[in-house]
Amino acid sequence: MQQGAVLEMRGICKYFPGVRALQDVDFTLREGEIHALMGENGAGKSTLIKVLTGVYPKDGGEVRIKGVEGAAVIRSPQDAQNAGISTVYQEITLCPNLTVAENMYIGRTKGAGANWKAMNSGAGKILESLGIPASPKQQLGTCSIAVQQMVAIARAVDMECKVLILDEPTSSLDEQEVIKLFGLMRDLRAKGVGIIFVTHFLEQVYEVCDRITVLRDGQLVGEYVIEDLPRVQLVSKMLGKELDDMADIKSEVGGGQIDMEGVPVLEAEGLCSSAGIKPFDFSIRKGEVNGFTGLLGSGRSECVRAIFGADRVTGGNVKVDGREVRIKKPLDAMKQGIGYLPEDRKGDGIVGDLSVRENIILALQVMKGFFRPFSRAQAEAFADEYIKLLEIKTASADTPIKSLSGGNQQKCILARWLLTDPRYLILDEPTRGIDIGTKIEIQKLVLKLAAEGKSVTFISSEIDEMLRTCSRLIVMRDRKAVGELKGADLTQSKIMATIAGGDE
Amino acid sequence: MAAPVKDPKIQVKRPDESIFKRLTRHQLFIPLAALALLVLFNLIADPTFFAVTVKENSLGNPVLSGNIISVLDNASELVILAIGMTLVTASSGGQDISVGAAMAIAGSVILRMVCGGQVSADTMQTPLVLAVLVGILVSMIFGAFNGALVAYFKIQPMVATLILFTAGRSIAAWINNNQLPIINDLGFKYAGTFLPGIPVPTPIFITILVILLFWLALKFTNLGLYTQSVGINANSSRLNGLDPKLIKLLTYVILGVCVAIAGFVRVSRSGSINYSRIAENIEMDAILAVALGGNALSGGKFNIYGSILGAYVIQFLTTTLYKYEVPSTALPAYKAVVVILLVVLSAPVVQEKLASVRKAPAKAAKEVS
Repeated sequence: MQQGAVLEMRGICKYFPGVRALQDVDFTLREGEIHALMGENGAGKSTLIKVLTGVYPKDGGEVRIKGVEGAAVIRSPQDAQNAGISTVYQEITLCPNLTVAENMYIGRTKGAGANWKAMNSGAGKILESLGIPASPKQQLGTCSIAVQQMVAIARAVDMECKVLILDEPTSSLDEQEVIKLFGLMRDLRAKGVGIIFVTHFLEQVYEVCDRITVLRDGQLVGEYVIEDLPRVQLVSKMLGKELDDMADIKSEVGGGQIDMEGVPVLEAEGLCSSAGIKPFDFSIRKGEVNGFTGLLGSGRSECVRAIFGADRVTGGNVKVDGREVRIKKPLDAMKQGIGYLPEDRKGDGIVGDLSVRENIILALQVMKGFFRPFSRAQAEAFADEYIKLLEIKTASADTPIKSLSGGNQQKCILARWLLTDPRYLILDEPTRGIDIGTKIEIQKLVLKLAAEGKSVTFISSEIDEMLRTCSRLIVMRDRKAVGELKGADLTQSKIMATIAGGDE
Repeated sequence: MAAPVKDPKIQVKRPDESIFKRLTRHQLFIPLAALALLVLFNLIADPTFFAVTVKENSLGNPVLSGNIISVLDNASELVILAIGMTLVTASSGGQDISVGAAMAIAGSVILRMVCGGQVSADTMQTPLVLAVLVGILVSMIFGAFNGALVAYFKIQPMVATLILFTAGRSIAAWINNNQLPIINDLGFKYAGTFLPGIPVPTPIFITILVILLFWLALKFTNLGLYTQSVGINANSSRLNGLDPKLIKLLTYVILGVCVAIAGFVRVSRSGSINYSRIAENIEMDAILAVALGGNALSGGKFNIYGSILGAYVIQFLTTTLYKYEVPSTALPAYKAVVVILLVVLSAPVVQEKLASVRKAPAKAAKEVS
């Protein structure tokens, strides 16, 4: 093993039927470093991690771990844990119906008995030391997604690991929480823990990481010290092509021509819902892209859910094309030509066990009606069309959607709504947890839709993404719309200031 | 069996599955294999098991007789129930354990109608079609009751249906004022025995008709897609415009229809009813049929033909055991042994182990990144 390394993977290969997921990949993690694993969707990041943690058996290569003679044998996540490798996955893999403490200790207690007192106090100490706002006895499901994620990290940290794998840990955290997490990561690094950090956020990589390993199409592109690899080069290595300026997609696609004449496509007045948002006004015109911004939990998702009828609307009225309509349930909104891509892809978006084809046609099929199913041929034609159009990477249209990578799942959900040919499309965090190439594709698509005369509401945690696509932003704070920015006001600093709300 | 493929190019080109592997992984493999084993056992032990002869029945009409006919005939109620149970399982991720008791209710309603409230009737007092329709309607109402508890009050299916499981047979007795009505009209027994001039038992035709109906329903409506979608992810389904609660309710109402038809067939066999014994424990067989058919009892994707096959396998087993004169009290024990074998074999854990023994990939195409 190399000097100072805690983990060495050599010549790792992994095949799935029809796919070469990993081919001859090397990876080295040194003591006390934060090592970013970067690559597009389908590049093999998650597969590499799953091979390392024993979720998948590998088809070739070997893994060496510091303190273990010869090649390490990792056949199950339990083996990995015992070898000092802890993982926090992108999607929360804890049990929502158990308490926080139970989740932190599950599978780790020795013998049959459980010492609840020790468990709760132990968990309490760790939570406190990490500044996680959760009580040990609280049921995990009642915590916010961000807190659940942090509990997962706390669980991993508590296991005295040598290697900590963080697979997209920040995708559901807001800025404050990310800063807290980074503090924690630096502490662990100082203690000599090697951290593998998988993320799509470039800024975060440059903020905390020491080294970067880039994968592309299941192959190793290279390992770099962070100072030697400027951002633009990293992106071009991930994409495998030179990229002058990714920020300039607006001029490339040529944003939509907003139709300022006539009545707005959708207009809401004093809308509020059972999710507890303060009444807000909203309107969107033909060809317009606007967005809701604000911190996590500020109510941006709740606003669009109220528009779509996903939460019970408790007040206000909505006009579509100037006509008053009642949207009580999602189907009412769909009939008005509204589509909604939800924030929680796994929980609200995909229907996991159904095929890609069934997932794509679902919304249109429901609109068409119970007694009028699409013929198999028609459904196949729809699916094939969108798989091609959005370049969805799937073995076939019959593959269950849950076996696709996150970005490709998201494309399927997009396809589902595009198929309904909506006049107004709501995209809530469409780019969360997906790679930069797909992100840009989705942003371009949004602008293209606007250019075609559709209206889009776009929500993203990444402000520059919003700046690239939206011509108007509604700023939310504490479940209340606190400002609207457009034109010259659309700058990062102005948005930040409005979110923070110091200048009122 | 193929060794692990070294050359990735080959791997990419050719799906790494031999026909045998694909066969063993098919959803219907276990029930089909079980059926084949039963057939094989009977062939070896006594080939006359499969003999079909023409005999005169009690009315002096020539009818087909034999073990196979008996399996197909006696499985009818179970097959019909298993179809409805599959839908309920798929949509709500739970099972209805009240189907036996609900069959008693449906049977009781139908008997009361045809007997016109008398204890014994020689001719039907109400047209049969009307009586059956009323039976179906009552059964649908009880189905809706179960469905509402599950869908709208979010009670676990087994707990929700426990209510009717407990009360159903009393309700059935109450419908006929605690009397045991008997109908002696031959016309009533056509559905449970033979139609004049036709040598094949009528329940077989009724079963085929029900299967056909569901085949049509699954082909020409979105029943399958909606039920599965709701069972897999109710949240997503709702955001795609479906009403998950209504769809769950619907599946329980459909099961109600199945229950009524099964109940009708059962009372037509004898023209009488025994409230505490009619369709006893049939709910367990119906659930088992669903599981045997390779359907997850936790809901989601389903294959209705798997359940149908499962029901026939269960009846085949029962008939085989009867043939070898296993005392009826010992029957459940024998059945249990076979069931344990089948269920353990079809368990995902065992399937995976078997797959790895065969050096096949433990799971089908998985996430790539």
